[in-house]
Amino acid sequence: MGNRTVLYPVHQEMGARIVPFSGWDMPLHYGSQLEEHHAVRRDAGMFDVSHMTVVDLEGPEAGPFLRHLLANDVARLQQPGKALYSCMLNPEGGVVDDLIVYFLTDDWYRMVVNAATTEKDLAWIGGLAEGRGVKVTPRRDLAMIAVQGPNARDKTLPLVPDSLRESAAALKPFTAAPGQRWFIARTGYTGEDGFEIMLPLDQAEGFWKALAEAGVAPCGLGARDTLRLEAGMNLYGSDMDESTSPLESGLGWTIAWEPAERDFIGRSAIEPHRGDPANRRLVGLVLTGRGVLRDHQKLYQGEQELGEITSGGFSPTLERSIALARVDPGIGAECEVEIRGKRVPAKVVKPPFVRHGKALINL
Amino acid sequence: MSNVPSELKYTNSHEWVRDEGDGTVTVGITEHAQELLGDLVFVELPETGSEVAAGSECAVVESVKAASDVYSPVTGEVVAVNEALADAPEKVNEDAFGEGWLFRVKLADPAQLDGLLDAGAYQAVMEADEH
Repeated sequence: MGNRTVLYPVHQEMGARIVPFSGWDMPLHYGSQLEEHHAVRRDAGMFDVSHMTVVDLEGPEAGPFLRHLLANDVARLQQPGKALYSCMLNPEGGVVDDLIVYFLTDDWYRMVVNAATTEKDLAWIGGLAEGRGVKVTPRRDLAMIAVQGPNARDKTLPLVPDSLRESAAALKPFTAAPGQRWFIARTGYTGEDGFEIMLPLDQAEGFWKALAEAGVAPCGLGARDTLRLEAGMNLYGSDMDESTSPLESGLGWTIAWEPAERDFIGRSAIEPHRGDPANRRLVGLVLTGRGVLRDHQKLYQGEQELGEITSGGFSPTLERSIALARVDPGIGAECEVEIRGKRVPAKVVKPPFVRHGKALINL
Repeated sequence: MSNVPSELKYTNSHEWVRDEGDGTVTVGITEHAQELLGDLVFVELPETGSEVAAGSECAVVESVKAASDVYSPVTGEVVAVNEALADAPEKVNEDAFGEGWLFRVKLADPAQLDGLLDAGAYQAVMEADEH
């Protein structure tokens, strides 16, 4: 038996198919992954993401510490509540984890890290924070629910605490409103509008059920994966890990090179490769032949192997198979993918594939 | 618990077989199998006229989650395949024992049906799966 979130009994009650995921027993779907996917693209769906870890960093040195820890620069965050996506690199320039960090006050930042990497991250951050006057606190007292879709905000706002409703309604994309016990952010991992909400464990069940009552579809990890893949968002462990550079993972845009004197971990390893035409790239693929693209399938042009799929699957919105792939720089507009010993043609495209319910790729 | 029609035969690998009474059998995957797979998005079937051998891979069903091989329960010649699944693989989810059939085989030896599981034995396989 794995770890269970506080919502586990509710998932069972709602007919979830439970699967092991990164040490947690989590809902894969509640009947149909495809319907859940469409609910998020067309209306509103919700995900229990309480297996992810909220980490608070507090103290006057929290900001300077994060400017060393993260490849993106928290000094870019001027408005309280503003969020930033960043990689945390090792000294070799590999990705320890990807995360969201919120700037709340000069001595309070909040990060959300992946479930599978939590223990590793806490050890890494804790070791580096030692003696630096930064208090690192994993917030195991919080549950987290993501509500996503074009109608997600309208359906959620009436159900949040009165004291937070107005500030939550006024949130701009990629900002958060911290309350006394709740925390509401206009962020997500689906390519749709919506909220990610942290709240006390003992209120999670009531809130989840109220959302269901308001017509928000419960969605599992299956839909979460096809939604993020369509949105062209990386999955840690598949599209990047400790052995891959962010420059070869489609994440160059998340590295803050200026100011040049900022010494973030991994900088000296990756900076020589900045803008290097020899870098491999992360690209999108749309399968034009029949089949389904899957992780680790190989790409070819003629007899030349050009790369490998890092995340593949079926796009319910496009009704085609799509993938992210790490490829050699020479790849053209078309290639072939080896699927069970056969070569199947695919088109090379620039992700994202879908945003805000609309296809961004010409099929 | 999934439906297990008593008139069909089954395999440990979750295929079903219907004896058509004319020396051919129809083959599909069980309701339990489609539940395990989730929403199907692609089905690759054998070619009509090809020979299949009992226990060998002869088709692939792919769901949103993963690809799974389908093993032929019998040996013989494929005489028909369910072409409708090319555009509507979801038929396997909706009606695994009916419209979601995969292919039909002319048996090399009719006696091979005796070696397959009956509904009760397959029920036991399913229950073992749950634990």
